[in-house]
Amino acid sequence: MKDFSYQGVMGRKNDIMKDAVGIDYDIFEKGKIAFDYEEMMNNVAYSMDEMQRIQRETKVGDTPLFELHNINKLIKKYSPQGKGARIFIKDEAANASGSFKARRAAISVYHAKKLGYKGVIAATSGNYGAAVASQAAMRGLKCIIVQEVYDSSKKGQPEIIEKARKCEAFGAEVIQLTVGPELFYTFLKLLEETGFFNASLYTPFGIAGVETLGYEIAKQMQKREGRYPDAVIATHAGGGNLTGTARGLIKAGAKDCRIIGASVDLKGLHMASDKDFNRKSFTTGHTGFGIPFATQPDRADVPRNAARVLRYMDEYLTVTQGEVFYVTEMLAQLEGLERGPAGNVSLAAAISLAKEMDEDKIIVVQETEYTGAGKHPMPQLTFARNNGIHIYRGDPEENVPGKTIVLPTSFDQINAKRLDLEKLKAKYVKNIIGDMKLSDLDEVDIQYIADEIKESVDRVKELLSK
Amino acid sequence: MKKAIKGSWVEIENVVLPADSRAPQVPKDTKKTPLKMWTRGVLINDEAEIGETVRVNTLSGRIAEGKLVDIKPRYAHDFGYPVIELIETGLALKEDIGGK
Repeated sequence: MKDFSYQGVMGRKNDIMKDAVGIDYDIFEKGKIAFDYEEMMNNVAYSMDEMQRIQRETKVGDTPLFELHNINKLIKKYSPQGKGARIFIKDEAANASGSFKARRAAISVYHAKKLGYKGVIAATSGNYGAAVASQAAMRGLKCIIVQEVYDSSKKGQPEIIEKARKCEAFGAEVIQLTVGPELFYTFLKLLEETGFFNASLYTPFGIAGVETLGYEIAKQMQKREGRYPDAVIATHAGGGNLTGTARGLIKAGAKDCRIIGASVDLKGLHMASDKDFNRKSFTTGHTGFGIPFATQPDRADVPRNAARVLRYMDEYLTVTQGEVFYVTEMLAQLEGLERGPAGNVSLAAAISLAKEMDEDKIIVVQETEYTGAGKHPMPQLTFARNNGIHIYRGDPEENVPGKTIVLPTSFDQINAKRLDLEKLKAKYVKNIIGDMKLSDLDEVDIQYIADEIKESVDRVKELLSK
Repeated sequence: MKKAIKGSWVEIENVVLPADSRAPQVPKDTKKTPLKMWTRGVLINDEAEIGETVRVNTLSGRIAEGKLVDIKPRYAHDFGYPVIELIETGLALKEDIGGK
């Protein structure tokens, strides 16, 4: 008889995972702490041509790229002379299931089918669940989505409940849990019980699937404007969106394009707290995931996370919930595009950035997401108000996550904050070496850290000897 | 008392971990609460009342057992109330761009 207690199942974690992703991560391990990231991506994932073919089969990719003419007019109006870059938006809501997550799911589900798995499981409260469910429906696989939804009084965010509905609409089983990291225990038990594939967000397939997005942006922009964008902004939570997009841009040849991450600032709210859980209006795309996943990527549900943002990120901006709701309303009222708020985190950051950049520059906001009941500013602000959050129009500088949502009164109040990337890199180094010292590490480890944080070997040595 | 009959679409509840067995890293307020789970499926029992332990066939073809808590669970999320701050935002932006 197998031991299904918490300790029993967690103790079998590695074996369960190995069976459920079909990847032997051990062969990529090097030195004391390093692993060969590029080797893993090259050996395990698919080529760009293959991925494009796989995605075309299941209604993913080739999404439109729109210039936001009216918003760009306002950017010019509120920028100093000679400033005010143009913003384009990649309408990823056009993918089957309504978000860029379909790109990740398409490759994972294809791979699961190829390896002969009967079904797929994913742990996600976000758009990824709907994406996996939609892809599984097309490929004829069974599907289970495990969500963290409710606080202890069974009160759930409208956005997550909507995603449960959407998953069920595609024929997936949805398992809903109260708050807590032990979701992973339920997830492992289900993998063991069903023998399904772990369609994790963080496998090489899950990340490589997003490469087609960066690749398409580069090609579309080249065709339209005769050049690559100067900056691409990606909402950052677990890191896959930014990592995959950056890799795709590089593969297309857009090597000088700046890669910018954006998250909603939810400082002070504990992600696993029963009380804080419903005091945030964004279930993903926020600093509660963004910072820990940047500085400790392997905290994921696979042994080695293929999403590693510090390898690619040139800048990391944060915006407030109120600014995101404001630009979501702006996208609807000025551009005629009604899209979900979570996808607009990077749009808020882009507007702020555009005001500082020269007027001949181009910024691409690389996603939108579908909207609907629960996934819209109205239900989310209604929910926030019912939870005692103070909502008003004013200066976003006054924003206190979990207490207020301040919608700007004017366009010029959209001002993203820069997070100190140097500090994040130092934190990454601290996390990865633990109790080890520079003298404990091999050359391959030092080179690995340098690649991980996009710094020189000398700089890494300097950080390590601190 | 509401009754579900065989073939009804129902929701069941399980306690995955009681409050005293939560993981060590869980914050204090969460530790005071059990980890609960809800699953939906087609009722296997001939009939059952709310609160009874039942078995269901889930959409992925599993059989799950738990306490019956809802029959035909409603998707109760909606578009919420009109939010005056959003309406004012729209009006202000239209004015700003000069197309009242």
